[in-house]
Amino acid sequence: MIPAAVDYLRVESAEAAVAALGEHGDEAKLLAGGQSLIPLMRLRLATPTVLVDVGRATGLSGISVGGDTVSIGALTTHSSLEHSAELAAACPLLAHVASVVGDPAVRHRGTLGGSLAHADPASDLPAAVLALGGTLVVSGPGGSREIAATDFFTGFLESDLAADEVLTEVRVPVSTGGWSYQKFNRRAQDWAIVGAMVAEGGAGVALVNMASTPIRASSVEAALAGGASAADAAAGAADSTEPPTDNQADGPYRQHLARVLTRRALEAAGA
Amino acid sequence: MEVSVTVNGTVRSADVEPRTLLAHFLRDDLGLTGTNIGCDTSSCGACTVLVDGRSAKSCTLLAVQADGSDVTTIEGLAGDDGLHPMQQAFHECHALQCGYCTPGMVMAAVSLVDEYEDLDAAGVREGLEGNLCRCTGYQNIVKAVLAASE
Ligand SMILES: Cc1cc2nc3c(=O)[nH]c(=O)nc-3n(C[C@H](O)[C@H](O)[C@H](O)COP(=O)(O)OP(=O)(O)OC[C@H]3O[C@@H](n4cnc5c(N)ncnc54)[C@H](O)[C@@H]3O)c2cc1C
Ligand code: FES
Ligand code: FES
Repeated sequence: MIPAAVDYLRVESAEAAVAALGEHGDEAKLLAGGQSLIPLMRLRLATPTVLVDVGRATGLSGISVGGDTVSIGALTTHSSLEHSAELAAACPLLAHVASVVGDPAVRHRGTLGGSLAHADPASDLPAAVLALGGTLVVSGPGGSREIAATDFFTGFLESDLAADEVLTEVRVPVSTGGWSYQKFNRRAQDWAIVGAMVAEGGAGVALVNMASTPIRASSVEAALAGGASAADAAAGAADSTEPPTDNQADGPYRQHLARVLTRRALEAAGA
Repeated sequence: MEVSVTVNGTVRSADVEPRTLLAHFLRDDLGLTGTNIGCDTSSCGACTVLVDGRSAKSCTLLAVQADGSDVTTIEGLAGDDGLHPMQQAFHECHALQCGYCTPGMVMAAVSLVDEYEDLDAAGVREGLEGNLCRCTGYQNIVKAVLAASE
């Protein structure tokens, strides 16, 4: 229940975070809201020797809408996303998804950037950014680069982020077309056993907890684009997936859930 | 590392190891044992306190992260004129049995009522989903939170 001993550094900017990560190498870990990292440290599944606390860095939080893009600072909390009237108007899917993450205490501290960087296939926000076709802005020693959400998630809890890079901003298109998130779980405050996310009336469909990363249901998107009904398109939601088996569900049950939840999400989104 | 946290209105400073959880800082360094610890998975909410006015699980926050913040624990809720309205409502609605979940439940409820307007019973249940009670069946807790929110 008590994390292993660790050194602690508080940094005031993304640049300082990059420098600290560069200096301390693989032993260092960035700390944002701590809602994923601290539970892992408590169980000693994560044992960084240096924590670089970026939680108070300036200029890394807030939501701004400009033209057809919503830009969100990496440190923006789930709670700020949930309560933002601007986001509710420009991208209601993302605001809604943030409101169903964990419980209020988790949402007060957990951040959008932390959720994406953690890259948990069972998490809600990564799949939302994927369905929306978002872009991640990352700062590293050589400057900043942009990564499409479709290229960001590389494996279970693994992303394209290098050890000395900091996620600074997430951009999603303004998206007010039909949307829905169907999150299926059995226990309060829990992650989805499976979740189905629909953006822009079916132009973007993503699945939670159906693979080692969040995935786009491209066969569903293609079927819809080809004129299939919501029910027919959703029937292919689990095609060529290899979902995990755990104590809550086995693979075939997850595939069944993916089809049902995708149909419900498409219908709710008016696809 | 030296941390300075305003706890229940008083600045409290201590030299803590960075790995110290806020829950342990409150209980072991400050002797404020009203904040309970009920799990090691961040799921029970027994450790809930207010950090800068909003609920947080003090087992899922390092004391160093709370440096410079305002923390309210169950010990700091009652005023000079008696119990906080949420405590009073828990008392009147019989919203506790063993009481283990109660400090966290009350702190989460205070934050919830402040954060969400027009709560109904379903909203209270959803809003308290991060706080587990093994005794009451939640019925009277929901009643108390609704009573206090009026
Ligand atoms: C009880 C409980 C229930 C939860 N339920 C859900 C749920 O239902 N759905 C869900 O999606 N999530 C859930 N979560 C997880 C929660 O959403 C976390 O807040 C989120 O996954 C991590 O964000 P954080 O800011 O807390 O990151 P941290 O825990 O601080 O960091 C997580 C990881 O990301 C890295 N990191 C953080 N910020 C950055 C950055 N800017 N750049 C690069 N790397 C970074 C860290 O080094 C670390 O490896 C739950 C958590 C708890 C404790
Ligand atoms: S002790 Fe259970 S959530 Fe903190
Ligand atoms: S009163 Fe016993 S756990 Fe809630």
